[in-house]
Amino acid sequence: MVDRFLGRGRDRDARAPGTAGAPGATTAPAPPPGTPPGTTATAPPAIDAARAAVWARVLLARNARRPHTLGLIAGIADRFTELHGDRLFGDDGAIVGGLGRIGGRRVVIVGHQKGADTDENIRRNFGMGKPEGFRKAIRLFELADRFGIPVVTLVDTPGAYPGAEAEERGVAEAIARAIMVMCRIRVPIVTVITGEGGSGGALAIAAGDVVIALENAVYAVISPEGCASILWRTAEKAPDAALAMRMTAADQLALGVIDQVVPEPAEGAHADPAETARRLRGVIVEQLDRLAALPADERVAARMRRYRDFGAFDDVGAPEVPEPPERPGLADRLRRALEPMGTRLGNLGTREGRDEPPAREEV
Amino acid sequence: MPITLPFRPRRESYPPDMWTQCPGCNQMLFNKHLDKAMRVCTSCGHHFRVSAPTRLAQLLDHGSFRERDAGLVSRDPLGFVDSQPYPDRLAAAQTATGRRDAAIWGFGSLAGRRIAICALDFGFMGGSMGSVVGEKVARAAEGALAEGIPLVIVSASGGARMQEGTLALMQLVKTIAALEALRAAGLPFISVLADPTTGGVFASFAALGDVNVAEPNALIGFAGARVSAGTIAEELPPGFQRAEFLFAHGFVDRIAPRAELRAELAAILEVLAPPAPADGVPGSVRRG
Repeated sequence: MVDRFLGRGRDRDARAPGTAGAPGATTAPAPPPGTPPGTTATAPPAIDAARAAVWARVLLARNARRPHTLGLIAGIADRFTELHGDRLFGDDGAIVGGLGRIGGRRVVIVGHQKGADTDENIRRNFGMGKPEGFRKAIRLFELADRFGIPVVTLVDTPGAYPGAEAEERGVAEAIARAIMVMCRIRVPIVTVITGEGGSGGALAIAAGDVVIALENAVYAVISPEGCASILWRTAEKAPDAALAMRMTAADQLALGVIDQVVPEPAEGAHADPAETARRLRGVIVEQLDRLAALPADERVAARMRRYRDFGAFDDVGAPEVPEPPERPGLADRLRRALEPMGTRLGNLGTREGRDEPPAREEV
Repeated sequence: MPITLPFRPRRESYPPDMWTQCPGCNQMLFNKHLDKAMRVCTSCGHHFRVSAPTRLAQLLDHGSFRERDAGLVSRDPLGFVDSQPYPDRLAAAQTATGRRDAAIWGFGSLAGRRIAICALDFGFMGGSMGSVVGEKVARAAEGALAEGIPLVIVSASGGARMQEGTLALMQLVKTIAALEALRAAGLPFISVLADPTTGGVFASFAALGDVNVAEPNALIGFAGARVSAGTIAEELPPGFQRAEFLFAHGFVDRIAPRAELRAELAAILEVLAPPAPADGVPGSVRRG
């Protein structure tokens, strides 16, 4: 129920405590963005190469040395005061947020926080948000709206925490509610996918007016391992799933799901976190200023339109798929015969559905 | 042309589908009785899954339903291929169900009250939400808004449709934004959660009903049990993610047996959406 502890007379200009993710401060070696598992000798070389390239990006997005949210905030914001707790249950270390300034502009920043090492990852739950984390985000979004402060969200999560306690506290409701609040608030929202954009857990804080991604970020509806284990029946086909889902920033830009890609320095953001933050800062400032110049009504309407227009479908008009040939049953015939005379039989013996669908599950 | 007599038995329809074994109690159930009991086991109360058209027939006044946008079909935005191409999977599901995608929406009346209604069909690719399902849910909400009438959505879905990638994920925002407009106009939305309602569908419109009503023992949850077990190897408590579990934790208002669902919805709507005063503009008199 307390946002932060502050020693009396100290820390008046407190920065965020535990600003981890400083350049080169970690020990975990980067997994080499090398050959993917599950490469079959029979596949054409072009597909092999494409799959390897996509998988290398997935590994880069997951790289433990990649700058994480609090580290990026330290480089992007002039000042940042972290706030804690959802006022309902607790404080989630996997989702951080607070008040800050970027080049003099007031902002509320919310993001997923992964750990830089095993200890921190346990504390941060590997960046997998729990219901209290999403409800903290909701609280901060509403706070921003009430005080007219623009919102910046930084997305980097494998997905929402899929455990029993999360279900007990309604993780799905928390995610849905967070998205609803993002649709409702009238202040500008700039979203940056900085690493992994993992499904609903990412989307809960990613429904911005504008969605930016770092070059090696990925964004998908389900983790490639999850997709592979459902559609290929083995998690080892994750690189194939990653390729099929077109989850790289460049592919997402082409789909229109993200609006802008920010190039990373050298071989990736982990090579130069300070430069990465500097580049992000420029883009965020530009977008904040652009959005702030729009009237609020127009901005919210544009946000609604952005999400309303997603979808790839055609309208082929009246049903062409033929209805299964129907021979009217006795009840239907009686009804047809009697209804013109004003007699109604209600739902007597409708011939609907002997159609137990297959017990199949798609996530 | 053969002469068809009115009382000829439907030879093609049996014997294979005359009986159904109940997975709850292993009883063999005579299908005619099962249909009469709204596909609920007469001995143990197991609720069989029902198709979207059946659901609409069970809930709405007879003959009142008018479908909208039946012609929407998904494209293949990613060129998605796993063991078979997405268009082939779509075509197979279309042939099997006679429908173009996993949702039906339209207008109908429930106990004499006009509503917009959308029902998902688990039999079509697991009821998964891609572009078409998202679009139909959004159009149902917009239809309710335009007419100033309540919205009912019956969910039965495994979640977002992987084959449409992040475009499927964006349907979460699309549907929620449409509901937000409905909420702002003070129109009620009742979410009916049938077996199963999981993943991206539960994490969007299905969880956000002004009133959430679940069917008994329906599987309702965010992460499938396999995902939980596979990702974090956590032991799951008994009855985990069943309607009763959600009820105990405060995420559904009512658990309604299928035979009572229609009456429950009517009772809720009677209070939330009383008939507008004759001079009132629909949808503008009540504020949320």
